[in-house]
Amino acid sequence: MMGYENQGYEEAHLYASKEEMASLVLNEDPSPPSNGSKSFTHDPFSSSPQFVEIPTEDTDPLQSPSPNQVLPSHSSINSILEPPSYADAIFQSFDSDYVDSAEVVSQDQSLSALPSFSSDYIKICVSDPQKEQEQSGSLVPGGSYYFTYLITTFTNLPEFSGAEFNVRRRFRDVVTLSDRISESYRGYFIPIRPDKSVVESQVMQQNEFVEQRRIALEKYLGRLAVHPVLKRSEELRVFLTVSGKMPLARTTDVASRMLDGAVRLPKQLFGGESVVGGAAEVSEVVQPAKGGMDLLRIFRELKQSVVNDWGATKPPVIEEDKEFLEKKEKLQDLEQQISNVSQQAESLVKNHHDMGETMGQLGLAFVKLTKFESEEAIYDSQRARAADMKNVATAAVKASRLYRELNAQTVKHLEKLHEYLGVMLAVNNAFSDRTSALLTVQTLISELSSLNSRIEKLEAASSKIFGGDRSRIRKIEELRETVRVTEEAKNCAVREYERIKENNKNELERLDKERHDDFLIMLKGFVVNQAGYAEKMANTWETVAEETSGYAK
Amino acid sequence: MNTLERSGSGSVVQSPRSPSPQAPYLTVSVTDPAKMGNGVQAYISYKVITKTNFPEYQGPEKIVIRRYSDFVWLRDRLFEKYKGIFIPPLPEKSTVEKFRFSAEFIEMRRQALDVFINRIASHHELQQSEDLRKFLLEDEQMMERARSQETGIFKKPADFMQIFKDVQSKVSDVVLGKEKPVEESNPEYEKQKNYIFQLEDHLAEAQKHAYRLVKRHRELGQSLSDFGKAVKLLGNCEGNSLGKAFSELGAKSEMLSIKLQREAHHLLMNFEEPLKDYVRAVQSIKATIAERANAFRLHCELAETIKFKEIDLNKLRLMRSEKLAEAEREYEQLKADVEESKRKFETIVKLMNEEIARFQEQKTVDMGVAFHELAKGQAHQAKSIAEAWRSLLPKLEACS
Repeated sequence: MMGYENQGYEEAHLYASKEEMASLVLNEDPSPPSNGSKSFTHDPFSSSPQFVEIPTEDTDPLQSPSPNQVLPSHSSINSILEPPSYADAIFQSFDSDYVDSAEVVSQDQSLSALPSFSSDYIKICVSDPQKEQEQSGSLVPGGSYYFTYLITTFTNLPEFSGAEFNVRRRFRDVVTLSDRISESYRGYFIPIRPDKSVVESQVMQQNEFVEQRRIALEKYLGRLAVHPVLKRSEELRVFLTVSGKMPLARTTDVASRMLDGAVRLPKQLFGGESVVGGAAEVSEVVQPAKGGMDLLRIFRELKQSVVNDWGATKPPVIEEDKEFLEKKEKLQDLEQQISNVSQQAESLVKNHHDMGETMGQLGLAFVKLTKFESEEAIYDSQRARAADMKNVATAAVKASRLYRELNAQTVKHLEKLHEYLGVMLAVNNAFSDRTSALLTVQTLISELSSLNSRIEKLEAASSKIFGGDRSRIRKIEELRETVRVTEEAKNCAVREYERIKENNKNELERLDKERHDDFLIMLKGFVVNQAGYAEKMANTWETVAEETSGYAK
Repeated sequence: MNTLERSGSGSVVQSPRSPSPQAPYLTVSVTDPAKMGNGVQAYISYKVITKTNFPEYQGPEKIVIRRYSDFVWLRDRLFEKYKGIFIPPLPEKSTVEKFRFSAEFIEMRRQALDVFINRIASHHELQQSEDLRKFLLEDEQMMERARSQETGIFKKPADFMQIFKDVQSKVSDVVLGKEKPVEESNPEYEKQKNYIFQLEDHLAEAQKHAYRLVKRHRELGQSLSDFGKAVKLLGNCEGNSLGKAFSELGAKSEMLSIKLQREAHHLLMNFEEPLKDYVRAVQSIKATIAERANAFRLHCELAETIKFKEIDLNKLRLMRSEKLAEAEREYEQLKADVEESKRKFETIVKLMNEEIARFQEQKTVDMGVAFHELAKGQAHQAKSIAEAWRSLLPKLEACS
């Protein structure tokens, strides 16, 4: 779910060039070393900082035995290349050693999606936003515009008849895709699509907003691409490969279509939760089925009878599956805890940031002091003090950079928590699918029983009349037909419900496993990073402690 | 809290336990702060323990109780008597914090007072002071009497600067008829003055950031604690081996929080306070600079005055006035005053030159110690952090 790129290195480069330090020229010897004062043979403040890329450690940081001995290869390289330089403050992130050396092929790094297995590879890139004019139907001349994005897919999935695809899509298409998937894959933990962000689009700078959206789209599609079931969906395939307007014909599964309508009906009646993926338009529900069955008419009648009998009160969904309820509660608790940790993690990052900043400012202050004392020095004691200060300043500045780099890495690790909060939303939606499917079943069962009791009543009344009651008999026959149809619908609904339950179960298993693996990676990455940078800081300050050990009491 | 080693560069001071016979020593420690009184009247008293073999002190050890205003009295008297010597600085007189009297504030003040008195005790001239002896030996009632006699006469060194500026504008305009203030035209001294003024600015900035750094440590500590708690809760939720891993991580985070709070305190007492002390010392030097300027101005005034007096005297001689004798007596007096003011000024100059060299050396040592403490503390903290996190790795390995 996140890429462990070497951002640490790039960022360090950026920071260094902005650093005031680089422009402060401190590399002149303050005075000829005649009075036995310390001479500065090397200068950490060289005006052109050299970024030496230190190759990855051969030793696995996990096996590093004692903290004192950490990164031996680094220090030996440093002594060859350049004595105390910033080089050892700039290095590849600790994660690159640790994480799978396999390429990051899908944006999701969960271990279950190993790319080396054949026929399972799919990578999606979103790029090149273009402004396009809104076409026909615009009454206003020179009317509105929208953005399209180039969606590039690399894959070896057999469902795709090719290895590389390019299409242009606009955000509206993504909304459509998301809606279709939600309809077809009920019960699955479907990744949440990016927000429409209407307010932001007006308020933000356009290119910032477009870039933000591009990133969000790439992430979203990436999540779809690693979902074991959704990556193979027709909807996704069409989205990625078929140019032009998003048609996405409805699924031909009549029963599920109808039952979708049935699902929405009770909700519409009882004002329940809105269906994931978009508003349910009444027109959708009313469209006649391909099979030409009169299910819809039945449901219209159902609606009537329901309104008549129950007066628009919501029937309770009786969820009897205790295990499910327990699991649901547990997941809610989990969501809460993840949210807490995410917040505290943000706070932790901020505090590290502040620490680094203040440390840097302290270093800068000492740099200025050093310069001042060196320039104004009359006594040797001043020169000695300036030299001490310089060491401290160097260390403080270095430490400040280390904090910044540490944070850049920490943020990436802890991002995983935030992602799982998104997953929890998907879980909730999947559970809603289940609940509404159950509601449908129960509604139909209840309807059946009311139909049957009506038949009974009619039969009883009709039997009292000698020779039968033709109108009543006809009515009874109609009702029996309705019962038959409703019975079939009920069976359909039950099958759907069971299907969704099964999806829930499988997805829960997948979630547990992936979460376990993802969190484990996250923890390891976090811990290794914190430890590694702490060790670097320890080394930095150890040097100064040694240099000033003469003053120790 | 062992203050015996903080005697700085004084050469006469040695450990009282030293076997060498009768090398003169004078060491003082300020300990055992105790809150006295109530409400607005409340103050802190300190035990001042003197160990010495100076003959004037009549005894190897003496313990007295002193309060902050007693130290102020001593500082003011020394400032008056030993012009030209950089009197060690005192911690600020706080008006607000005093009411809260937090443990930290008390400790900071105690340490600063201890440093103050020991600097005096190890200064070859100041240690001879009668006032110091009074301070170290007199009982509390005598001290109180001495204190109340002197209030209002001696002002804070910083006030001298203001007085100097005020007087300077008055005197130079009226008496000497000049626009510019009377100042030495000594380029080296000018340079030194500039150095002192600029140094104060630089140091103040460094001290500001040092203080902030202490705060950051506290904040990070708190954050680690909160983070740890949240992680532990998540661990409980997850259950199984991963849950345990989370719980342990949370526990480590909480443990590190304590380390950070400790380092914050260490940083405050052993790095930030010495820096603050440095700033105060520079301010004290500024007061001496003002004194020197005063002495110079005074001498110049008298030198000018005596010129006029000579003219007057000659006038009277020519006129054979009866006032001649008196005028001659006045003239002689004035001459003596001029000599005296010259002597005083030159003493200050001489002392300042010695003092500045001593000051620079002292500060190099003081800062060296402070830097060492900073580096040690940070290194130690970083190592603890690294160890704590690394210790989790085997458990995390076991989980997968």
